[in-house]
This record gives sequence, structure tokens and C-alpha cells, in this order.
Amino acid sequence: MEQFFQQLLNGLAVGGIYALVALGYTMVYGVLKLINFAHGDLFTIGAYLGLTLLVSGGLAGSLPPVLAVLLVFFMVGLLVALIGCALERVAYRPLQKAGRLSAVVSALGASIFFQNAVMLAYGARPYVYPNSLRPDFTIELFGYALPGMRVMVIVATVALMLALWAFIQKTRMGAAVRAVAIDQSAARLMGINVNRIISLVFLIGPGLGGMAGLLVGMYYGKIDFTMGWTYGLKAFTAAILGGIGNIPGAMLGGLLLGVVEALAASYVAFAWKDAVAFCVLILILIIRPTGILGERTADKL
Amino acid sequence: MSLLELRDVTKIFGGLIAVNEVSFTVEPQSVVGLIGPNGAGKTTVFNCITGNYRPERGSVIFDGRNVTGVAPHRLVERGIARTFQSIRLFSTLSALENTLAGRHCRLRSGWLASMLHLPSQRREEREAVRRCMQELEFVGLADHAEEAAGSLSYGNQRLLEIARALASDPRLLILDEPAGGMNDQETVALVDTINAIRERGVTVLLIEHDMRLVMRICEKLVVLENGCLIAQGAPEVVRSHPAVIEAYLGAEDEAW
Amino acid sequence: MIVPSFSARGRRGRRLVSCLLLGAVICLLPFFCNAYWLDVCVSIGLYALLALSLNLILGQAGIFHMGHAAFFGVGAYATAILNTMFHIPVLWLMPVSGAAAALFALVVARPIIHLRGDYLLIVTIGIVEIVRIALLNDVGGITGGSNGIFGISRPQLFGFRIYKSLHFYWLVWGMVGVTLLLFYGLWHSRVGRALNYIKADDVAAEGCGVNVSLYKLTAFVLGAFWAGMAGTIYAAKMSTIAPESFNFMESVIIFAVVILSGGSQLGVLISAFLFIGLPELLREFSDARMLIFGLAMMLMMIWRPQGLLPCLPRVYARLRGAVAPGANVEERRA
Repeated sequence: MEQFFQQLLNGLAVGGIYALVALGYTMVYGVLKLINFAHGDLFTIGAYLGLTLLVSGGLAGSLPPVLAVLLVFFMVGLLVALIGCALERVAYRPLQKAGRLSAVVSALGASIFFQNAVMLAYGARPYVYPNSLRPDFTIELFGYALPGMRVMVIVATVALMLALWAFIQKTRMGAAVRAVAIDQSAARLMGINVNRIISLVFLIGPGLGGMAGLLVGMYYGKIDFTMGWTYGLKAFTAAILGGIGNIPGAMLGGLLLGVVEALAASYVAFAWKDAVAFCVLILILIIRPTGILGERTADKL
Repeated sequence: MSLLELRDVTKIFGGLIAVNEVSFTVEPQSVVGLIGPNGAGKTTVFNCITGNYRPERGSVIFDGRNVTGVAPHRLVERGIARTFQSIRLFSTLSALENTLAGRHCRLRSGWLASMLHLPSQRREEREAVRRCMQELEFVGLADHAEEAAGSLSYGNQRLLEIARALASDPRLLILDEPAGGMNDQETVALVDTINAIRERGVTVLLIEHDMRLVMRICEKLVVLENGCLIAQGAPEVVRSHPAVIEAYLGAEDEAW
Repeated sequence: MIVPSFSARGRRGRRLVSCLLLGAVICLLPFFCNAYWLDVCVSIGLYALLALSLNLILGQAGIFHMGHAAFFGVGAYATAILNTMFHIPVLWLMPVSGAAAALFALVVARPIIHLRGDYLLIVTIGIVEIVRIALLNDVGGITGGSNGIFGISRPQLFGFRIYKSLHFYWLVWGMVGVTLLLFYGLWHSRVGRALNYIKADDVAAEGCGVNVSLYKLTAFVLGAFWAGMAGTIYAAKMSTIAPESFNFMESVIIFAVVILSGGSQLGVLISAFLFIGLPELLREFSDARMLIFGLAMMLMMIWRPQGLLPCLPRVYARLRGAVAPGANVEERRA
């Protein structure tokens, strides 16, 4: 029981991270119908930038750790958001009118580019996050001792998701994002600056992805330049699982995937955990071809 | 025996009854019009006949056989061809290749024969092209055979859809608003075309908003409103039917 | 979209000249290449084979399939296992491995082939990952885990032992030549058209009488068959295979080759030369070469979003004169 509960929480923490990254995929897909394959590498950049800011930037020494981490958290989000926005300008905007798969290849090229840029900048060896930054307290819940880091990751991801949900549902800008996702040309006719909304989405998505990168660095303590492939693929899986283009779907898909994986790793076999995740995806899509919360759009005849 | 018979066909979309126990028959070599106000469920009835939708209740009998729930491509093989309300041509392919799409189900060359371009396959292709050119000729598009379907005028695109449907040797041709988007001249020509189709021995079932056209070519009308059949019979009879007048009152006076 | 026929004829002429030119280059290349570049050309040929088979699925039928490396891998492992365990000659195994990959494709594709665009994309990626993980974990004790399988024997053709790079060059490119002819036939036929109809609008295709799911599935299975045969050649060439040769990155490259090609077979060949040859040319940049490669991928797509050489329209002989021009319509209208 203890093991199950710990794995469940571990799964929720990892799943929360997947969900944050998946939000970037699903929001971009919502407005552009493009799978941004470079998103995973923006996440990697977040992890590396966070490390640089914490260690070389000297923030870790001069400020109380909590404040330093919080500050770096938002700085990373901002920096990665800017990179994401620039990426859209350079690599995707010229392809808006072209076939969807051309943009996918451009995204794959961007992914290779970013991955190798990180490798050239930091070297190919993995990096370790400083231990001093990890909270070392534990929390008692239902008689189980929970590592503080695990709880913090869950709290941070849930807080970010709630903030995003409020932004999308409650603000004018959020409504504009929803409108563009439903019908770009209609939104344009209603006076919405579609390109500005696309830029906004490329700020939010990568921003969240970059923060997720920092969280992974702190949670696992180790990062390397290829981590974006794996996490990106998982998050993309999560986005599809929930129904791509659907924001609550990405959150749900991420959490579900994290939990399934954590339980599979401990109860099936660690080596097969990635395969289990994909098998679950395939099974769900066979039953529900447009994901868990995806709409079943009837074909207009 | 009727060529097509609908028995109590009912189609429900998420609790909403789009078509409610509709029954009617289409006699061989006739032209039947399905009319009704917008949203009356006409296209839904068509989609139940062509296999695109599976009705919740009731059955569709074609040529004495129950074809309810049979896949659309099988129905084309059996002799039901259709056009779409929102034109669905393969816009980047040529007019000829669009017509060849309709011929597809009558050709037999398989994957291997195609890869090897066996003599039988080449003969069949030549024959298919000849036949499809005839269909294009029939609707008056032979000169546009090599043009991309998407570059044709709206009216010509409608005609191309008809040629594509005819290429499959149908016994029943289902036309969903064939005159939609056509100008007066084109509509007049369309009447000739539909009459010529009937002369070829093909039965026609059509949805149309243009009442003058419907009155001129149909020998039977079926009127739907809110998914229910409210009247059917000869055009003159249906026209004076109280329920029909009420359904159309104020909607399209000038069309009558 | 209106293409005046004379200009189409001009393009067709130029396309034909390019084909002959490329054919001549491929035939002459071995006489000017050193051993290293000959190996590169063998690998270009393999990718060309894989991309031609994926083109059938992705380029012609428009099925979003990013998992072709899985079928390549199944073919290569089938060859490796049957050759090392039962000593069946490698070339005999080509159709067998193709069939193994095709069977695998049939089993996995059947339940998922109806999925729409991006859902299918992630599922096919998932299949690559599942296959790779299964191979890594030495499934059934026959795949050799992460070390893979070594000691695959060299193929023999009519008593001639194929072992030099030059031999493989002719084997691979000969196979590419045969594939080009067969797939060209397929393209210019009822089947090729049906795949294009499905790509353009699957609902309309079904409504015209095309059995959409059967054609999609068959395209998938045939593409997998070809990838499996390419796997045999790969296994024979390397004589050692390991799971990492069939990972997601390989799938991505095959996918990108097809998209950049624009869909025509000539385009696929040129695109394969660019994609596989370019990183080799960039070798002097050592660490930065993949960085430049990624950048080039973006730039190429921005430069030619529709791909290098889209398919020209098919030509139908004796189009006119099939019927007396203007016969019955004019009569009717008069």
C-alpha cells in the first residue's frame, strides 16, 4: 500500500510535468493545427537555462533558496517564451499557407537544431542540479512521509494549470485564443489579430514548457541534452491521449500518463515502462479515436 | 417493384431526431424530388440511403435487397451513386481523373496487375478513359478534361460531380442540390441533362431548392419538414397540399 | 491551378531529362567514388528504398505515418534471426522478411488505420518505440538485447558472393530501379488514383465507390513489405544489427525525405541524396554538423513548402477522339 501510494504521488508529480509540456503542444495545435516537434527541446533549454541561472548566475548564493528558485522559475519561463516566439516567427510563419506536413518537417528540423545547439553550448555530458536547492523536508499525509520535492512539483504544476485555465476562460485574451482555435478565418473577421494570438500562444506554451524543464531538473537532479526527445514524445502522447487541441484534455492526459507509467515501472517492469505508456495510448485511441476529451466531430456531408 | 424503398427510417443525432419514421418509394426510371425547408432533414435522408449514416430504426431497400448499414462504396457497386451538397471534388486532380474515380468500382485490375502494367490492365485503362470521356462529353465538359477540377466554374463543378457519379453505371442517381450556385442558363441546361439521364434508364432522386426546376422535371415529390414526411405525390397534388403550403408560407413564396 | 498543356509538356520534358541524368549519375558514380563515399551511396540507396515505400503510404495515400523504421527493423531482424539460427541464404530471406514486416504491419494497422491525421502520427511513433523497446529487452530471447545480432552472412546471387561495397551498391540501386518501375506502374493506374482520391478527400472517395479502409490498409502493408526487404539488404550489408538503428530518429529522416521530395519518385531520390549526403558533406564541421543539418531542414521547407518536385499530372494517351467531339450535348441543347 505504501509503495502504491508513493508511486501514485510520484506519478502525479511526473504527470504534472508532462501536463505542463503537453499544454504547449495542445495550445499550438489548437491555433495552428501544427505539432510543434521542437517543443520538447524548448523544455530542455528551460532545464539548462535554469541551471545556468541558479549556479553561474550566482542567484543560489545571494538569495534565500526559496526566493532564488522562484525568481529563476519565472525568468526561465520568460526566456524560453521568447525563444518559442522567435521560433514561430522564423520557422512556422512562412509555412502557414503551406501543407501541414511541411511545417512538421520544419519543426523536426528546429528540434534537431535546438538539441545540437544545447549540446554545443553545454557539451554532451549530463549536468547535475545542485543538491542544496532541493527542499529536504517531508510532509506527513495519511501516515505516509512524502518527500517535499514531490509535493512541491505537484503544487507548482497544479498552480500553473489553474492560472492558465483562468486566463483562457476568464479573460478577453483567453477568449480570443479560444476563438482562433475554433475558426481562424472567422476570428479574423471578428477583428481578432490572429498572428498576435499565435505569438501569444507561442509565448505561453514554451514558457510553461521551460518551467517544466526546470522542475524536471530539480526533481530528478540530472539533465542531458537529449531529454527533450523523450519528454516531448511523452507530453505529445499525453496531449493526444486527452484529445489534441483540448486544454483540460492535456492536463488530464499528462496526469494519467504519469500515473500509468509510474505504476507500470513498479508493477510491470522498469525497462518496459515507455512501451506500456504507448500501449495504453493505442488502446485508448482504439476505443476513443479522438482521445478522452476530444470532440467527436461528425463529418459534414 | 420499386427500385428504392424507405421504411420508417429514423436517424437520431445525440437525442435530436433528425429524420423521423420516413417512408417513401422511388419507382424505376422516374425522377423524384425531395423537398422541404432548410434543416428539414433532406440531406440526412440521402446519407441514410447512401450508407454514410446508419439509421437508428427502419430500413432501406434497394432493388429488393435490404441495404441498411451497408458501406457507401458497396452501395456504389450495387448501383447507387451520389453527388454532394457541398461540392466534394478532388480539386487538384483533373476533371478526367475525377470522373475516373466514379469508374473505379467497375474496374478490376488489382495491385499486382497495376504494378506490372499487364496487357489486361492497359486495355481496361484505355476503356475506362474512353468511357469517362463519354461521360464528360455527356455533361458538356469534354473540353475541360485536363483541367484541375478546382479551377472549373461552380456550375461546371456540379456537372463534373454528376459525370463522376454517372461513370459508375448507377441505376439510382442521388443529386444533392444539383442547381445550387448555378445561374439561370446553367439551370436550364441542367434540366436537359437530367432528362437525358432519365432517358438512359437511370432513376434520379434529387434534393433541390429551385421549385421551378423541381416542378418541371419531377413526376413525384416527397416533402419533409422537421424530419417528418408531410406529403408526397405528383407535383400538382403536393403543391396544393395544405401542410406543404403552411410549411413553405413566407419562406419561398416567389419560388412557387 | 490551370496549367496550360504546353507548359506541362515542357515540365514533363525537363523531368524526363533530369531522370536520365540522375540515372546516368547513379550508373557512373561507382567509378569515381572512393570506398567511403561508395558506402555513403549504398546508404542513400537504402534510404531511397525506404522513402519510396513510405511515399506510397504518406505521399500518395496521405496517411500520416512516422513509424516506418519499425517495419525496416522487423525486416532486418527477421533476416538476422533466420539467417544466424537456421542458415537460410540471405537473399532467399528478402521476400520472407518483407512478408514478416507486412504481416506485422497488418496486425498493428488494422485497428488504427481509421484514426485521423495526427492521432495516427503519434500511434505510428508509438509503434517504433514499442518495437525498439521490445528489441532492447531481448523479447523471446532471440533479438540479442542491446547488443543486437552479429554474424549475418553475406548474400550470394547465382553463386556470386556479394561482400564489397561496390557489390552492395549495385544490389541496392538495382533494387531501387526495380522499385521505381513497379511503383510508377502503380501510380499510373486505378490503384494509384484511388490512393490520391483518399488523400484528397476520403469521404468523397468512399462515396465514389473506393473501399477506403482496404486501400489504406493495403498501401500500408505494401509499404511495410518494401521496408522489410530494405531491412534484409541492410542486415546483409552491415552483418551486425542493433535496436538503435531502428529508432524514432530514423523514422523522422525517412519521413522528412518523403515530405521534402514533394511526392514524385524523382523528388524522393533527390531528397534522399540531400538528406543522407548533406551530413556527410558537413563532416568537417564535426560537432556542428547536425546543427547545420537541422537548420537546413527548416530552410529547405521554407524555400520549397510544396516539396522539391511534386507529381506532374498523369498523362492519358488518346484522350481526344475517344468520342466524336461535341456530339450529343450540342444536339440536346439545340
